[in-house]
Amino acid sequence: MPTTNNLPPPVLTADPGPGRNGGPGLGAAVPETAPVPSARRRRGPLRSPSLWLTAAPLTVVAAWALAPDLFTSFSPLDGVPGDNFRAPDADHIFGTDHLGRDVFTRVVFGTRQTLLTAGLAVLIGLVVGTLVGIIAATAGRAADTTAMRLVDVLLAVPGFLISLVIVTAFSPGPISLGVGIGIASVASFARVVRSEVLRVRNLDFIEASFLNGGTFWSVITRHLLPNASGPVLALLAVDLGAAILAISGLGFLGFGAPPPTPEWGLLIAEGRQYLGTAWWLTTLPGLVIVLTVLLLATLGRQLLKTFRI
Amino acid sequence: MLTQYLNQLVGLFSGDFGYSLASGQSVWDRISGVAGSTVALAGAAFITAVLIAVSLVGAATLTRSTVIRRVLVNVPPLFAAIPAFWLGLVLLDLLSIRWGVMSLFPDGSFLSLAVPVLVLATVVSAPLAQVLLKSINHVYDQPFIDVLRAKGASRSWIFFRHALKNAAGPALTIMGITVGTLFAGSVITETVFARSGLGSVVLTAVTTQDVPLVQGLVLLTASIFVVVNLAVDLLYPLLDPRILTSSRDGAPRALAA
Repeated sequence: MPTTNNLPPPVLTADPGPGRNGGPGLGAAVPETAPVPSARRRRGPLRSPSLWLTAAPLTVVAAWALAPDLFTSFSPLDGVPGDNFRAPDADHIFGTDHLGRDVFTRVVFGTRQTLLTAGLAVLIGLVVGTLVGIIAATAGRAADTTAMRLVDVLLAVPGFLISLVIVTAFSPGPISLGVGIGIASVASFARVVRSEVLRVRNLDFIEASFLNGGTFWSVITRHLLPNASGPVLALLAVDLGAAILAISGLGFLGFGAPPPTPEWGLLIAEGRQYLGTAWWLTTLPGLVIVLTVLLLATLGRQLLKTFRI
Repeated sequence: MLTQYLNQLVGLFSGDFGYSLASGQSVWDRISGVAGSTVALAGAAFITAVLIAVSLVGAATLTRSTVIRRVLVNVPPLFAAIPAFWLGLVLLDLLSIRWGVMSLFPDGSFLSLAVPVLVLATVVSAPLAQVLLKSINHVYDQPFIDVLRAKGASRSWIFFRHALKNAAGPALTIMGITVGTLFAGSVITETVFARSGLGSVVLTAVTTQDVPLVQGLVLLTASIFVVVNLAVDLLYPLLDPRILTSSRDGAPRALAA
């Protein structure tokens, strides 16, 4: 990723929190997680250099989604027909496609579509999964059994099939794709949240905050969730990577955004027709996907290591 | 309405999945006509994936060089990050267009079967290898490995005869779960390599919103998934008889990894 150095130091956004992926509407459960852990705990992960090394390139990818114009001077949709099928060089570092559009520009602009769909999927998984997990862990044995059996049903059907059903039931498109992949990921979030809430719930300070006059919801939002957030954050990073993979795969099959929109999977699908003449059309966008997913998985592992000692 | 529903439900058990909206063929004919090649692809890929995972983990455990070990340990996460369709396209580009050793379309030659299998196996082997690596590390922490070493057993003997068997439990569970990945992967691989099979059926069914066909596909795959996982659970005691005796005290140690 050659643009890493062009960027002002990513001070604010590089916090490995979740706020990066979804754009506007990350629900109420998320913002709690980043600021609340106690001062000592927060200093730990932020000082780890390897965490920064992983987070920095991911911040660049996030910046691609937020402000794609800053990274490229070409248009993602209008090409220069005379410039088509240029091999990668200093001008077009990823080359150009059959209409003379700069491929790197299309990758940068496609980030938004891909990340929005992935963000939608992860958001659904996170919010619904967290709610189910909290209910299962706090609302008594009957609720626990019901919720966990429902989760078992979700787990019994491969995620790909769930997404497929949703995409068929509504018409293929980015939103139904995001919803489909999101529903498929509810189960894992619900299980992690449940086990974490169960672990934290029996600690002394939770009892103490109830004695201090905390209500059920205030204790949950102020004490329980922040302390249960570590593994959930890790899962969030990994799941975002998995969602990107699934979205680009289904986008490649044509179940996602319609063609003129740049989207990572679709880019590769378009490049497929020119496999013989222009290898860069498929290879380079694919490398971006591989790197992003790999970094997200690494971030997830590092977060898990930082939080669960 | 209710009678219709019940009739259909009864029909399901006798293999009657209704009729495809687009082609008018019965869903069962449509699926069973092409399922053979997909099953062959998925089966071959599964075996290859197990071989890849075991040899990766074996090499990482047995090598004496820390550099090689570190590289090998990072291969499964890399495999997990590779989109199957991209790997397929890159291989297709290299093998058939650049070097010309393989035909662009399936022609029954060895390579045109082996390459899709390899692509699918790479993707499927990643979770297998990750889990196997973790449980192997767990096994190597246990004292009986030290005893074996003290008795003079060679490193490969310890790995293949003792560690692998003890670490296979969690990997077996993951094998059951990979059936889902196998299905998703074969749909994509078949599309990339223009093979006939369930992949093309899924593709047309979803784009034409052919609900009965998708329903049949999902029901069939989900039942295979459930049956395979049940079989895995039933196989467990064969692999580790402690499960039957120790089920009272919670999970056996191999599972704690």
